[in-house]
Order: sequence, then C-alpha cells, then structure tokens
Amino acid sequence: MLKDITLGQYYQTDSVIHRLDPRVKLVSTVVFIISLFIVDNFIGYLIAAAFLFAVIKLSKVPFSFMVRGMKSILILLLFAVVFNLFLTPGEVLVSFWKLKITKEGLRLAVMMAVRLMFLIIGSSVMTLTTTPNHLTDGLEKLLNPLKVFKVPVHEIAMMMSIALRFIPILLEETDKIMKAQIARGADFESGNLFKKAKSLVPLLVPLFISAFRRANDLATAMEARCYRGGEHRTKMKPLVYAKRDFMAYAFVFGYLVLCIVFGKILF
Amino acid sequence: MSIILDHVNYIYEEDTTMAYPALTDVNLVIPDGQFIGLIGHTGSGKSTLVQHLNGLLKPTSGAIYYNGADINDEGYDKKLLRSKVGLVFQYPEHQLFEVDVFSDVCFGPKNLGLDKKEIQLRAYAALKQVGIADEYFYQSPFDLSGGQKRRVAIAGVLAMKPEVLILDEPTAGLDPKGRDEILDQIAKLREETGMTVILVSHSMEDVAKYVDRLIVMNKSRVVFDDTPAAVFAHYEELEQIGLAAPQITYIMQALREKGLSVDTGITTVTEAKEAILKALRG
Repeated sequence: MLKDITLGQYYQTDSVIHRLDPRVKLVSTVVFIISLFIVDNFIGYLIAAAFLFAVIKLSKVPFSFMVRGMKSILILLLFAVVFNLFLTPGEVLVSFWKLKITKEGLRLAVMMAVRLMFLIIGSSVMTLTTTPNHLTDGLEKLLNPLKVFKVPVHEIAMMMSIALRFIPILLEETDKIMKAQIARGADFESGNLFKKAKSLVPLLVPLFISAFRRANDLATAMEARCYRGGEHRTKMKPLVYAKRDFMAYAFVFGYLVLCIVFGKILF
Repeated sequence: MSIILDHVNYIYEEDTTMAYPALTDVNLVIPDGQFIGLIGHTGSGKSTLVQHLNGLLKPTSGAIYYNGADINDEGYDKKLLRSKVGLVFQYPEHQLFEVDVFSDVCFGPKNLGLDKKEIQLRAYAALKQVGIADEYFYQSPFDLSGGQKRRVAIAGVLAMKPEVLILDEPTAGLDPKGRDEILDQIAKLREETGMTVILVSHSMEDVAKYVDRLIVMNKSRVVFDDTPAAVFAHYEELEQIGLAAPQITYIMQALREKGLSVDTGITTVTEAKEAILKALRG
C-alpha cells in the first residue's frame, strides 16, 4: 500500500541524467514547469512531451515508475478535469440535464490534465534521478546568494535533507507498525470515516514516538561529532560543473525558446 | 492441522532494478505442537517467510495452506487466521500505543470482537503468562523497562490465543539475562499450552537449547531442515554461510578427534558434561 508513493524516492541506476549536477536538474525542472504554463497550444505540448520523453529515455528509469506516482494525484486530476469541463462558459457542444460541456471547457480540461500530469512526471524525473543529499546540496548552492539577505540557507538545506532522509525511514517504520497491528487484528481499511480515523491511533502513536526517538538520537549523534552549521563548513564533494552540465543547460534553454516560439508566438 | 508451504517464491520490488528474491522455492510442513527454530543470516529471508504464514505478505508464486485451506484464496478470513497464527515482530515494544499496559494487551482480543469480560480475562491471563506483575497493569507501557515492554508486547499477541506463535528475533537488543528470561518463558509457555512455536533468530546458541527442529535459511532458500543435532553436524557448511554451531558442538568434535568416544550430536552443556564423564569413566 505504501509502495505506491514514489515522490521523493530515488531510483538507483547509472545514466546521463543521474550524473548531471543537481543544480542543472533543479533549474531544468523549474524551467520545464514554467514552460508548461507558457505554452497554450497543441504544438507546444507536443514539444513538451517530446522533451519529457527524451529525458525519461535518457534517465533509464522505467516509465511505469513515473506513472505510479500519478496514482496519488488521480483525485486532484479528476477534480480539475470535471470542474473545468462543466463549469467553463462558452460555445456549448453537448448538454444534458443541467450540465453542459463547452468547447472552451473541453479544451481547458484537457490542457489542465496534461499540464498536471507533465508537472508531476517532470518533477518525479528529478527526484527519481537525484539522491536527496545531492538535491539539497544543489539547492543550497543555488540559494547561496540569499545569504546576503541573512537567509539561513545552510540551515534550511540541512533541515530539508534531514526531512527527505527521514521519508523512507518513516515509511518503512509505518509499514512495520502497520503490519504489527494488523497481526494483532487491527483493520485499517473498512468502516466509516470516523472509524477509520480512530483506527489510525494504534499506528500514529507508535510512529510519533519513534520519530521523536529518532530525532533525539540524530541530534545527539550530530552533537557528538561537534556539528555546527553555517559559516566555514567545507564540503567533502563540492559541486563542480562539468562539460555535460553546460550542454544540458544549453539543451534546456533551447527547449524553452522552442516552447515560447512555437507554443506562444507563432500560433 | 498444520501449515504447509508449497513452492513459495517471493520477490521484493518486482519489475525494478532493485528486484531481488527473498524466498526461493520454499517447501515446508509445520505440524501442530512443534518447537521450531528458524535460523539465518540477516537478509536470508526468514522475516519474509514468517510474514507469509499469517498472510501479511502474499507469495509471488506458490501457495500456503493453514489447516488445509489456501490462505490467499478469495474470501479467506485473514483476521481469523491472524488470531490463530500470532506473529510477534522484531522489537515488538515499538508497537505499544495505549495509555496503560492492560488496555494495550486488550487491543488484540478487542479486534476479534469478543465481549468485554472475555477480553479482560484473556488480557489478564496473557500478562500472567509472560510474567508481568499486577502492579504494572495500570502503568503507561512507555514507563517500563525494555525487557518488560517486550513481554507486554508478546502478551498482546498471546491474548488472541493463537495456535501458532511466531516470534521474530524476540531477544534482539536484550542483555543476556533478559534474553534467557524471555526464552525460558517461551519454553514454559509452550509446555503449558502445547502450541506450535516458531522462533526466528540468527543465533544458534539461543535456540539450540529449546527447539526440536531447526530450519536454516541462506540467500532466500531453506538449506537445512532437521533436528538440531543433525543440523549442527554440518557445522562446516554452517560456517560457510556465516552461521556457527553452538560452542559445545565444536568441543565435542575436538574431543572426538582426540580419540574420546563422545556423541557429537550433543547441543547443551549439561548433556555434554554427562557424556564426557561417561566417556572418561569408560
């Protein structure tokens, strides 16, 4: 049941995309998301799809893995599609009872669905090909200029990497406790909403206790190693751009230009 | 009345690059009333195996029969199965959640839909079986010591009155005294109730003394399945898979090599003492 959550999960393999500098991947993901909101015609989406497809192929992550993450947003997707489909005013195509589907609504619904799907898949490509540590390293480096405004960039990155690091641990823990309670006859699936919420107590209490215990242990371990964040810390593996990173930047910005030209201006 | 595993295979993370077999062609017959030790190195598949026995995991292929019925059949009452095949997980104290010890032990029988009186009777009996004194009943489970917590957690499973009790590494993280206490308690429990007990462990010393059948797993396969003495006779092969026979086996083997006629199948210190004395006196 918890296996379906792919968000923030890393897929171990060796590919060009895996080897890219995390900064490139972060920037590219942002660019890709922006591009999705720039384009508003068929050709634009075709370009985006081609880009996404190429990146997925290069990343060697099986496509089924990307789609698995979609399950979690299925309801959101359905909502967006249904509301756009029925509630957009315009030229009526089909109407029955009080509902009518308009041409504009259909267009908007399809666009919204495609956008959301691409958005999720695009960002899962990043998380699937980058280890959480790399990701926060990249983020720290990218946000570095904000230090001028006294933003505690290192601390934020540290907190993020700890939080990300704990996702799989807590998921595993949840799975274990869930199994242990199921072995004692607990039922997490049936019953009404109230009953379901109540059935979560035997899961949540041990989970919180274990999270606090782990946080405590980690803090002690960090202190024992004289950790202090911020200034004067050096990295064991500092991020350095390689040739392929500049090529990737060029490729991504080429894609953005293509999107703007074909997805917005020309048509 | 038994558990039968028929060509059970289980693959973790199927269809990914991380896919690896946790169980490969496991065939076992577990009759009623046996005391079984399930031994294997970390990652040998022993925890995966026991989670199949109460239907928490479904085999990738193969079948598991409990009392003649396939437990993965559509409509099989899994809840009932889980009360009959009680599974105590590793570090079971991590699953405690109630405000006091007694209510926590009540959780299992309550889920079976029993009436209040019966629930309380069972909880009381279970706590007594694991040797928790009355004065702890209304304390928070989080205030107990590690060993006590673990016993309360075991009582939580016992309160469902299982016919088969599976304990996954019940002694992990306990000191030698706590370890012996728990193991003795389990042995006593089995004598009193006659239930099937499966003890999962990675330590031969732990289980050799108690069990009457040893199943050894390595790299997802069952490699030995016999009486402890017969399994320990393969001590050289056991070493190759990172396990070791009890120290007593080595002593007996060494004595045998030096020409003393002793039985090398001996597994406990007391037996060894008698055998050596007998051999010396001629």
